[in-house]
Amino acid sequence: MNRTLLLFAFVAVLFLGTGMLQSWNSALGILNMALISAIMALGVNMQWGYAGLFNVGVMGFVALGGLAVVLTSAPPVPGAFAAGGWGVLGALVLGAATIAAAIQVWRRLPKGAVRTLALLAVLVVGFFAFRTVFDPAVAAIEAINPALFGNIGGLGLPVLLAWPAGGLLAAAAAWAIGKTALGLRSDYLAIATLGIAEIIIAVMKNEDWLARGVKNMISLPRPVPYEVDLQRSAAFVDWAQTWGFDPMTASAIVVKLCYAGLFGLVLVAIVALTELALNSPWGRMMRAIRDNEVAAEAMGKNVTRRHLQIFVLGAAVIGIAGAMMTTLDSQLTPGTYQPLRFTFLIWVMVIVGGSGSNWGAVLGGFLIWWLWVMVEPIGLTLIGTVTAGMADGSWLKTHLQDSAAHMRLLTMGLILLLVLRFSPRGLIPGR
Amino acid sequence: MDILNALVAFLNFVFVPGLAYGAQLALGALGVTLIYGILRFSNFAHGDTMAFGTMVTILVTWALQSAGIGAGPLPTALIALPFGIAATAALVLGTDRAVYRFYRKQKAAPTILVIVSLGVMFVMNGIVRFIIGVEEISFADGERFLVTAGEFRAMTGLQEGLAIRTTQAITVVTAIVVMVALFWFLNRTRTGKSMRAFSDNEDLALLSGINPERVVAVTWILAAALATTAGVLYGLDKSFKAFTFFQLLLPIFAAAIVGGLGSPIGAIAGGFVVAFSEVTVTYAWKKVLTYLVPADWAPDGLVQLMSTDYKFAVSFAILILVLLFMPTGLFKGKSV
Amino acid sequence: MAEPFLIGEGMTGGYGAADILHGCTLAVEKGQIAVIVGPNGAGKSTAMKAVFGMLRLRAGHVRLEGEDITALSPQARVAKGMAFVPQTHNIFTSMTVEENLEMGAFLRRDDIRGTMEQVYELFPILKDKRRQAAGELSGGQRQQVAVGRALMTQPKVLMLDEPTAGVSPIVMDELFDRIIEVARTGISILMVEQNARQALMIADRGYVLVQGANRFTDTGAALMADPEVRRSFLGG
Repeated sequence: MNRTLLLFAFVAVLFLGTGMLQSWNSALGILNMALISAIMALGVNMQWGYAGLFNVGVMGFVALGGLAVVLTSAPPVPGAFAAGGWGVLGALVLGAATIAAAIQVWRRLPKGAVRTLALLAVLVVGFFAFRTVFDPAVAAIEAINPALFGNIGGLGLPVLLAWPAGGLLAAAAAWAIGKTALGLRSDYLAIATLGIAEIIIAVMKNEDWLARGVKNMISLPRPVPYEVDLQRSAAFVDWAQTWGFDPMTASAIVVKLCYAGLFGLVLVAIVALTELALNSPWGRMMRAIRDNEVAAEAMGKNVTRRHLQIFVLGAAVIGIAGAMMTTLDSQLTPGTYQPLRFTFLIWVMVIVGGSGSNWGAVLGGFLIWWLWVMVEPIGLTLIGTVTAGMADGSWLKTHLQDSAAHMRLLTMGLILLLVLRFSPRGLIPGR
Repeated sequence: MDILNALVAFLNFVFVPGLAYGAQLALGALGVTLIYGILRFSNFAHGDTMAFGTMVTILVTWALQSAGIGAGPLPTALIALPFGIAATAALVLGTDRAVYRFYRKQKAAPTILVIVSLGVMFVMNGIVRFIIGVEEISFADGERFLVTAGEFRAMTGLQEGLAIRTTQAITVVTAIVVMVALFWFLNRTRTGKSMRAFSDNEDLALLSGINPERVVAVTWILAAALATTAGVLYGLDKSFKAFTFFQLLLPIFAAAIVGGLGSPIGAIAGGFVVAFSEVTVTYAWKKVLTYLVPADWAPDGLVQLMSTDYKFAVSFAILILVLLFMPTGLFKGKSV
Repeated sequence: MAEPFLIGEGMTGGYGAADILHGCTLAVEKGQIAVIVGPNGAGKSTAMKAVFGMLRLRAGHVRLEGEDITALSPQARVAKGMAFVPQTHNIFTSMTVEENLEMGAFLRRDDIRGTMEQVYELFPILKDKRRQAAGELSGGQRQQVAVGRALMTQPKVLMLDEPTAGVSPIVMDELFDRIIEVARTGISILMVEQNARQALMIADRGYVLVQGANRFTDTGAALMADPEVRRSFLGG
C-alpha cells in the first residue's frame, strides 16, 4: 500500500511540477486527458487483467463512444430524418436480417453444396436488397445542406447523457464482436480486434450521413460553461480580479477544472465499482477463470459467457471514456484516430501500471499520458542541448531538431520493454 | 471484340494490380508465418520491420543516385535492396539478442511475446520516424512503364488500354524469385530442413542435435530479408510513408492466417486470396460490365460492392470466416 | 564384474520439489537389451529421462563407457553416442520419412547414405514410403520412423520410451524382433515397456521399478520365472 501511495504521490508531483514550472493551464490540460486515459486503461485492464482477453481494438470502442456524443447530443438536422432516416434504419434492419438468415441457413441445413449455395444466395440477395434501400436514403441525407450538415443529426439531448450512451454503443458492438471472435486463441483475437477497430474507423470516415465522416463534427455541446461566456460575465471577472487572476487565464482554468471534476467523478465511480466487483464472488470467479480456464470449466463455470460479459463491460468503460474525450474536444474527427495512440498507448498504460490491478491502470494512465505529452518538450530540450555546439543550419542539427517530435514512440516502446523485462507485473502488481 | 475489351479492362484494373499487391502481401505474410512457425508468436513488429528495411533501402538509393549509380531502366532501389536487407537483419538479430531471447529462455507465453513485439513495434516505428520523418517519399526511378495504355491500344487496336508499370512487373518477378529461393532453401538445404524440423517438433529437433539459437537466428535473417523485400516492392509500387506499413499489418496477418499460420505455401496462397478479394470487392465493375451486356442494360451506378476505403473490412471478413470455419487455415497451419 | 557400458547409479531426483526417483540404478551392457517395467507411476519413464539428462539429479551418477556424463545436456549426450526415442511426438509429422532420417543424422558431417540404407534394410516399408510425409503413416510405421531417426546418429545406446504404446500386438511382435536385430549389431538398448511379459522375454536384463526405486533386478528370464514378480507385476 505504501508503495502505491508513493507512486501516486510521485505522479502528483509530476503534475504539480508541470503546473508550477510550465503553466497551470497546460497541467490541467494534461490532467484531463490523463483522467480519460486512466478510464480507458481501466476498461482494458478489466478485459486483460481480469480475464486475459487480448483486445487490441481499443481505438474502435473509443471512436464509438465519440460517435455516441454526436448521435445523442448534436443538434438535430432539420428534415434529415424525414429524408432518409427511415430508409437507413430499414436498410440496417435488412442487413441484420440477412445475417440472421444466413446464420439460420448455416445451422438448419445439412452440410453440403446445398447449404453453401443457399448461404451464398441469402447473402447476395440480402446485400443487394440492402444497397437498394440504403443508397438512396444516404444520398437523400447527404444532400441536405452538405456544407454544414449532410448527416442524420443528433437527438439534441444533454451531452452528459452521451457518456452512458457511448458506453452502451461500445457495449453493443463488443457483444457482436465477442459473439464471433471470443472463442479464438489469444493472438487471433488480437488480430481480429485490431481489424474491427480499423473497420469502425473506416465506417466513421466514409459514412458521411452518420457523422459527416472526415468533414468532421465540430462545436459539439459541452457540459461546462464556455470561456468567452465567463469572460463576458461581470461577476466572474470581478471574482477573478479579487483573487488577482487574469480573467482570460482564469476562465480557461475554471473550465478545465470543471471538466476535471466531472471526469474525476466518473473515474472514482468506475474505480469503486471495479474494486467492489473484483473483491466480490464474481471477481474471484473471474480470477479463477483467468488463472486456469480448464479447471474453472470443469467446475461448471461457463467460461465463454463470463468472457463475453467482461469483454462487453470493459468495452463499455472504454466507450464512456471515448465519449468523454469527444466531449472534452467538442469535436469528432475520425481522421485522428490512430491505433498507436488509442490502442497501443493504452496498453502501455495497463502493462506499466500493472495488469490485473485497477490502481495500477489508473497510475499507468496518469504517468504514461504525462510522459506522452512531456516527452516532446523534454526531447526538444535534450536535442537543443546536444546540438548547441553544432553550427546553425547544419544538416544534422536541423534534422535532429525536426525529429525530436518522434521521440515519443521510441520512449513509449522503451518503457514498455523495460517494464516487461524488469518488472513484468507492472508498478502496482495485481493479484 | 467487346469481350476482349472487357477482358483487357479486367486485366488492367483488377488482375495486374491484384497480382502485384498479392505478391507484396505474400512476401510479408511469409515473414510473419516463418516467425510464427519457429518462434511461435505473432510478430506485431513485422510491419515496422518492413518500414525499417525500406527506409534503409531508400537512404542507400539516395546515396547511389547522388553518386550517379543507377540500374538503367530498373529502379536504383533494387541495387540498394541488399544493403537494406543486411541492415534489417542486423537490427532484428540485435533485437532478438536484447529482447526476445530473454523470454525464449523463460519459455514465456505467446501472448507475452506478442506484447513484447508491441514494444519493439513502438521502438522501430520511432526509429524510422526519427531518421526519415513522416513525409510521403517516392523513390522509384528508371522506366515508369513496361507497357503504357496508349502503346497497348496502338498495338492491339482495342478501346481499352493495358498499362503495366515497371514496378508491378518487378514486384511479381522478384516475388517469384524470392519464393522459389525460399522453398529451395527450406526443402533442399540442411539448415532449411532443420528449420522445418524445429517448427514441426521443437523437442525432437533438440534431441536430434539441432541448435535452436542457430535456427532462430536464420529465421530472423530470412524474416528481415522477406520484410525488406516486401516493403521495398510495396514502396516502389505505391510510395513510402512511415506508418503505411503498420496498416499493412492487418492484410498481412489475414493472409498468413487464411493460409494457415506456420505454412509458407499457405502464406503465399493467403496473400493472393486477400489481395484479389480486396481488389474485386472494391473495384467499380461498371466499365467491364458495360462491355459485356447489351447497351441498354448498361448499369447506371458504379457497380462497386464496397467503397475502396473498406478494403480492411474485406481482409478482415475473410480472416473471420476462415477462423470460424477453418481455424487452421487453407493449408493446415499450426495451432500452438 | 566390470563396469557396465551405460549405468545410471543411485539416481535421485524429480521435476519439482518432490523427488520421483529414490536411489534408482539402471545399467545396460554392450549389445544387450535392458527393460524397465513396473506399475503406472513407478517412475519408469522418469528414470529413463534421468539417464538421458532430461532431469536434474540431486544424487547419483550416469556413466557411459566409464566416463561420467552426469553434467552433460541431452544434446551433448547425443553427440556422445546416445539416442532417445520419446514415447509421443517422436517424429517430424510434416516432413517426409527420408527427411526425418536426415534430421536424425543432423549432427553428422560424414556421408549418411550407408546408415540410411541400413535403416531401410531394417524397416523395408520405410524405403517404399520414403517420400511420404511421416504424419500420414500408420502407428507402427511411425514408430519405425522414430526408431530409424534415432539410429541415424549411429548411436552406441538406443533408449526407447514405450515403443509399442498404441500399436497392435502383431506390430508389437515385429517391432520387438527389429529391436533384437538392432541389439545384435552391437547397440545397447534400454527400454521402458508397458507390455512387461513380452518385453521381459527379449530382455537380457530386467528392472522392476516401484515408487522410483529398484524392486527386482535380474535377467529377463529369471524375472519371468520369479513367482512374486509374476504375481505382482505380470498378472499371474
